[in-house]
Amino acid sequence: MSRTLSEADSKAFLSEFNIPFATEVLVSTADEAVTAAIAVGLPVAVKLCGEQISHKTERGLVRLGLSDSNSVHEAATALFAAAQPEDCATGVLVAPMIGGARELIAGISVDEQFGPTVLIGIGGILAEAIADVAVRLLPIAEVDAMDMLDQLQTQSLLDEFRGEPAVDRIAVGKVLLALSQIAAEHPEVLSIDLNPLIISDGQPIAVDALVEVQS
Amino acid sequence: MNQIVTSSDQLDASFSALFEPRGILVAGASTHPGKFGFVSLHNVIASGYAGKIFATNLEGVEVLGIQTLPSLEELPQGAADLIFVCTPKAANLDLLRAAASKGVRAAFLTSAGYGEAGDQGRADEAELVELCQELGILLVGPNGQGVVSTPAKLCAQIVAPYPPEGGIGIASQSGNFVSSFMNWSCATGVGVSRAVSAGNAAATSVGDFLQMYSHDPATRAGLAYVEGVTDGRKFFDQMKAVAQKIPLVVIKGGATAGGAQAAASHTGSLANDDRTFDGACRQAGVTRAATVEEAFEAAATFATQPLPRGNKVVVMTTAGGWGVVTADAITRDHDLELIELPADLREAIDAYLPPRWSGSNPVDLAGGETRDTIPKVLELVASHPQVDAVIYLGIGIQSNQARMLSEGPFADEADVERIIAYHQRQDARFAQAAHDVSVATGKPILTATELAVAFGDNAGPATVRSTGRLCYSSADRAVTALGHMWRHSRYRILRDMPLIDGCPEAFLPAGNLLGGSVSSD
Repeated sequence: MSRTLSEADSKAFLSEFNIPFATEVLVSTADEAVTAAIAVGLPVAVKLCGEQISHKTERGLVRLGLSDSNSVHEAATALFAAAQPEDCATGVLVAPMIGGARELIAGISVDEQFGPTVLIGIGGILAEAIADVAVRLLPIAEVDAMDMLDQLQTQSLLDEFRGEPAVDRIAVGKVLLALSQIAAEHPEVLSIDLNPLIISDGQPIAVDALVEVQS
Repeated sequence: MNQIVTSSDQLDASFSALFEPRGILVAGASTHPGKFGFVSLHNVIASGYAGKIFATNLEGVEVLGIQTLPSLEELPQGAADLIFVCTPKAANLDLLRAAASKGVRAAFLTSAGYGEAGDQGRADEAELVELCQELGILLVGPNGQGVVSTPAKLCAQIVAPYPPEGGIGIASQSGNFVSSFMNWSCATGVGVSRAVSAGNAAATSVGDFLQMYSHDPATRAGLAYVEGVTDGRKFFDQMKAVAQKIPLVVIKGGATAGGAQAAASHTGSLANDDRTFDGACRQAGVTRAATVEEAFEAAATFATQPLPRGNKVVVMTTAGGWGVVTADAITRDHDLELIELPADLREAIDAYLPPRWSGSNPVDLAGGETRDTIPKVLELVASHPQVDAVIYLGIGIQSNQARMLSEGPFADEADVERIIAYHQRQDARFAQAAHDVSVATGKPILTATELAVAFGDNAGPATVRSTGRLCYSSADRAVTALGHMWRHSRYRILRDMPLIDGCPEAFLPAGNLLGGSVSSD
């Protein structure tokens, strides 16, 4: 049996291993959401946070690109109202909008025949169609992490791109090494999804994260 | 899959019993030329195996000039290390007990009806494995095709061919891939050390054989066909250990959804996530090939060329179009670099060619070559410190014309005879130069021409072959092989591992400290 940590708990856990996240605040009222939005910097995204929330996007529980206090207040109020008891909601997450034209995905999972593995790939809405990923068996060394990036077919996406600097490969490599370290130290972790890992100004920032653990 | 091989002593003893047996016993020899018991005994004799050959046959009749034994009781103690079993399944347990009591240490079973044949078959296979463990016999198969060992001139197989002697060690989950690889060996002249089909791999898997090869001085490169991997982690550990010692090329069946379905009905293999298998190969330093030709040629290249120390490639061609397409192929390989020709190299070449030569990479001689140009320019290019590898195109053109002249109506005219001999001599020199310059510089020089296939006796490709190297049938295939080589080199360089050349010592510069030694890890 396994359970999935809430987004906030997932991020708190992963932050201890230096997975890069934007500063986020978990709030319990719409007023607090406005204060938090000003603190992290507008525009922001607000999301309902809880262990059992599924179909977050389909149910409209993620509101993006809110650029003033009114819209933040309105969105947070709506999210609190939309929460169902079975969501086990713990609050609303307020996060700055991370700008970047490129998205990667990264994570770990357990392969039936090969055991724990780590993955990096091109993310975004076309990710599945592009299917450009590299997988390694855990644990990995730094040289493997860098080779994973070299293995991606869409190399032009990692170079300078639409006015943004080239992807900091070492920073992305550190994310993969951190995932490897987590798997080594926490065998109860079954999977981690960093999706998307947005490349903002060349730096990777995990915007959504889910950790699945053995229960 | 149980692993019988546990300690290195036991590994050595099992290895010798299978690949260097003092004597072999073919159980179930037959007088019927269509039966396994005839064909395998025939192949053992025909390959020139020098050890003692014994055979059993229930009636004790003479088969292929060998007086067979009606039972194992008549087998002299300790005379045979290997038993090659062509008997029906029901006889095998008693047969193996008797064989073990006579000192047999390894058994190759062609018999079918085991793990591939339902619940009863699986139970019988488990019993077989248990018995062999108890008897201390290395069990290979069942349901396998055979074993080949050229240092022992041994071809114990139920099919052809018997390949030339060389450095490639083959292990396969499917017998027909052993045949395919060995047919390519026969076609190209790049030889094989050992080859074995694992059959059902009841006790000894492809990974186990590859581990044996990595300790085998006769094997310089491994070549494997794998269909399904049950214990992926163990397979990975084995592959990684092997690739530390010898270059290893793997072709994986069932890499796509369609192939995986075919594999399920062929060997009952579970589908593997191909992205995971692919990553595991890169992580282990294993070369993965997509096709049988690509796999064989990668292994053949490892076994006959020194590893490149970098990725900088120069193409030397006697004609423009080939060079252009080869430049495309090198550029498409993200890991190889078609370098800009260094100025000092360009100037050095200028001295040997009229001004119409390309002046850049590819070095297109543009027909400006005279008698000694090609060996000289090859030497200049390969010995330049900024060049790591050379692809040489255009050999054999004149000898191809010589063939047409020699088959034509004017072949007897003295001038024609003279030019035929000259062309053939020149192409032989050029091919020899490619080999000699590679040996002198320690850099790979890959010679490619479709004449290797069209007219294999053309003096160009024939001489490449006589130097022991592979003559690639196209520049693209040479580039593919070189890319695989460089990725293996890079794997080792990035991990501070010594570059261990797969080619024989005679292919390396004298006093080369890094290359040549399989054991120096």
